[in-house]
Amino acid sequence: MPDAGITEVDVVIIGGGPAGLAAGLYAARAKHRSLLLEKGVIGGQIALTELVENYPGIPSVNGFDLAQTMHKQAEDHGLETRYEDVSEIEQRDRKWRISTGAGEIRTKALILTAGAEYDKLGVPGEERLTGKGVSYCATCDAAFFKGQDVVVVGGGDAALDEGLFTTRFADKVTIIHRRDQLRAGRTLQDRAFANDKIEFLWNTVVTEIVGEGQVEEAKLRNVETGEESTLSTAAVFVFIGQHPNTDFLGKLVETDVGGHVIVDDWMKTKLPGLFAAGDVRQNSARQVASSVGDGVTAAIAADHYISDAFPD
Amino acid sequence: MAKPSDVTDGEWEAEVLNSDRPVLVDFWAPWCGPCRMVAPIVEELAGEYDGKAKFLKLNTDDNIETASRYGIRSIPTIMVFNKGEAVDQVIGFRPKGDLKKSLDKAFA
Repeated sequence: MPDAGITEVDVVIIGGGPAGLAAGLYAARAKHRSLLLEKGVIGGQIALTELVENYPGIPSVNGFDLAQTMHKQAEDHGLETRYEDVSEIEQRDRKWRISTGAGEIRTKALILTAGAEYDKLGVPGEERLTGKGVSYCATCDAAFFKGQDVVVVGGGDAALDEGLFTTRFADKVTIIHRRDQLRAGRTLQDRAFANDKIEFLWNTVVTEIVGEGQVEEAKLRNVETGEESTLSTAAVFVFIGQHPNTDFLGKLVETDVGGHVIVDDWMKTKLPGLFAAGDVRQNSARQVASSVGDGVTAAIAADHYISDAFPD
Repeated sequence: MAKPSDVTDGEWEAEVLNSDRPVLVDFWAPWCGPCRMVAPIVEELAGEYDGKAKFLKLNTDDNIETASRYGIRSIPTIMVFNKGEAVDQVIGFRPKGDLKKSLDKAFA
């Protein structure tokens, strides 16, 4: 075993999406030694979003570029970043100890901004054909389906946003939704209804994804009539919701039935020095702007906590 | 330091299938956000495996033939070849350790 190093910092932020990047910026500017841990891609869900058009002050920006700009801004103010996955968290001697594959980090305050991940359908064929036509990222994969017919599953903002993006490449996009109306915002709905390439299948669920080496068809069921059918398709893009990334916390902190961390108005959990912000917390509005606000609030609360709990 | 170089449909056979060293190919496209995150990791690996393995990247927009030949339907996709045969494939953004493991299969 290599000797696992110990790093001492003031603030650790787990998750590099908008909430984590905003918290990192504020914590670093408050002159705390601040470390961001990210296990995947900086930006989280927005890194996979083609266009962000509802972040005040920026009319339209690519999600990946917005995340990179936020990250650079925070790093310019002193935020450090490590690409590591957290395996264990515990509090000892008033400090939080975080184990990653690369060693241990000890911190006065810990801000959880691990975000959320897209839900899977959980139907036969889905896992086997992921990357072979089953996708959770239209902006990554839609271009492989030029001139073909594809399916998008879901009825929220993500489903319509990605469905609209997919029409740039595909001939026909069938949006399959289990209800008879959409959850998505009005602007996106209007755009989707006005698009000739988009067709809706209401009250319908996907029961199986079929294909040899690649997606060939989707088996469907109408939830009202029970009628089963088969639709030829080259791809199934899945956007049916999300769940918070809180599994790695175990029983460390109180969560609701959906796994969201319970916090107060200052993003404080019941444990001293532990905060949660953005999509991981209960009652998040799940927007870039609200997550940024959460992150800022959590960083300010952490700053106050450090001043009170660790007076020098 | 060795940097991954571009490979095209036309060069595929000579550069990948007939290579005397194991080859890692990064399938990417300019519009793909996560591909931009994978690129620096592949560059680091190229430095670490300098002389031992060859590192190439294939732009799937410009080289549709190769991308469809290997059924690439999602990028980034990393494929590892040894003696003309695909030994492993990694789909989507993964940390460096995973890519290293995948590449090491060519040396097993």
